Amino acid sequence: MKKTYAIFQKELRHFFYSPIAYIVIALFTLIAGIFFYLYLSSFVEAAFMDMMRSQQFRTMPQKFNINLQLIRPYFWNLALISLFVLPLVTMRLYSEEKKSGTVELLYTSPLSVNNIVLGKFFAGIVFYILMLIPTFIFMGLLFIYGKPELGPVLSGYLGLLLMGSAFISGGLFISSLTENQIIAAIGGFGLSLLLWVIGWAASYSGPGLSSVLNYLSIINHFEDFAQGVIDSKNVVYYILFSTFGVYLTFKSVESIKWRS
Amino acid sequence: MIEVKDLTRYYGEKRAIHNVSFDVQKGEILGLLGPNAAGKTTTMKILTCFMPPTSGEAKVAGFDIWDQPGEIKKLIGYLPENPPLYGDLNVLEYLDFVAKIKGVPSDKRKNVISSTIEKAALGDVQKQVVGSLSKGFKQRVGLAQALLNDPQILILDEPTIGLDPRQIIEIRELIKNLGGEHTIILSTHILPEVEMTCGRVVIINEGEVVAEDSPENLTSRLKVSERTVLEVDGDEKTIQSIFDGFGEIQKIDRMKVSKNNHLRFTLETSSDIRKDLAQAVVKKGLGLYEIRTEAYSLEEIFLQLTTKEEVA
Repeated sequence: MKKTYAIFQKELRHFFYSPIAYIVIALFTLIAGIFFYLYLSSFVEAAFMDMMRSQQFRTMPQKFNINLQLIRPYFWNLALISLFVLPLVTMRLYSEEKKSGTVELLYTSPLSVNNIVLGKFFAGIVFYILMLIPTFIFMGLLFIYGKPELGPVLSGYLGLLLMGSAFISGGLFISSLTENQIIAAIGGFGLSLLLWVIGWAASYSGPGLSSVLNYLSIINHFEDFAQGVIDSKNVVYYILFSTFGVYLTFKSVESIKWRS
Repeated sequence: MIEVKDLTRYYGEKRAIHNVSFDVQKGEILGLLGPNAAGKTTTMKILTCFMPPTSGEAKVAGFDIWDQPGEIKKLIGYLPENPPLYGDLNVLEYLDFVAKIKGVPSDKRKNVISSTIEKAALGDVQKQVVGSLSKGFKQRVGLAQALLNDPQILILDEPTIGLDPRQIIEIRELIKNLGGEHTIILSTHILPEVEMTCGRVVIINEGEVVAEDSPENLTSRLKVSERTVLEVDGDEKTIQSIFDGFGEIQKIDRMKVSKNNHLRFTLETSSDIRKDLAQAVVKKGLGLYEIRTEAYSLEEIFLQLTTKEEVA
């Protein structure tokens, strides 16, 4: 446990001692901010237009639900940005150690593979949480100037966290396969994107396969969270997914150690 | 302390080491000597449980590398060929991390780190970022990492590479002092290093052990014929006639000393003929300036063993 924490601490240090952390967080916040602005202005515009119309025709104004029309698509959007940005976080987790030869230190120290892999995985997750924190400001603005429901916001963040951990476990696995960070980033991105779009293929395949593909699709399980529903089925999916990714990393590290 | 038996390791089709066997006693300093790509690093990587051999056995402090790598890792300090450094941490942070993963209890950590810094003479740079250090300092940080927590067994892959001559002497002294209490294996392709620090040498070439002995014994074992160096002042014909009188001389190398026009001969003889030769030279009235036997240096032994030439 102490050793896992030592790895975890070191990984977080690496993030913040190198420019990567700041670039990734700045990029994420910028893109998330732009999308927030776009969603918000179209929401406000639609509400404004409706008010004008209702005054003109003396009808009751429509009810605009900020949770449904702004927060829900916005969470979906954050998930998509995470898909693009997280490979940049996971790419160096393992590849860099292999490239610089520090794996020799890790593998010849009294550390278990578990210590190494879990330390890195949790460092990735904590970094993702830090990355999401600036988006609280956007949400906060909605709470200051409007009355959204808090529940769906919290469930949305929980969904993001779970989905992020699935992406991170996959990215960590890819990173453990190569010493080239670029390949790790592209591979991690490819894997995440593949798992994302796999659901689209479901509509073109037979009934048996389509339910399998739908289940595998990483984004399908996110929709409920964005709507404010915490379904144990989806929670289990993400936890299983992350566990599997971590397990694969574990195996890939072990096989490199004992490949002869 | 370390028993190595018939280690063989292939990288794909390529054979890195083949049936490497040797023992290291407790407190001994063993030098692994060999040209580049001879298999020194591979042997060390196997002993540190970084990777397994294709076949063969090895025991470190009684623990088997197959069954109990975890126990072995607790006992060894390993300096790989490229020091395993995190460029963006500073020296203190780096050693703190190493202490943590080596399981040094938190109340002792501070002392362990400061004594290691002292040993490796890193006091002046302890707040500096590792990536900004010079090659020599990086090497010392790597060495500090291996020495941390005072492991029983030290495995050092080319420990003095990249250091300046003064630092090399310091590190050699340090290694020598560590012997006795610690069991050390160090690899190098620098021969004087082995002669100066190691009690025993294993010479590896193309993945196989070609010789194993103390540096002195290796020298004497290979000294199958005497070499006598003779420097005289006189004309060649007279000297040649002297040589003709000695049946023991097998080979003559002649060289002119440019400074004073003396002749210098290197004679390979079957026995020590210095006494008779000196008398003969003096009897002919020639000036005798030098006469001595010459031992093969480890360098020559190394070359002989590794280039597969017949021992002259």
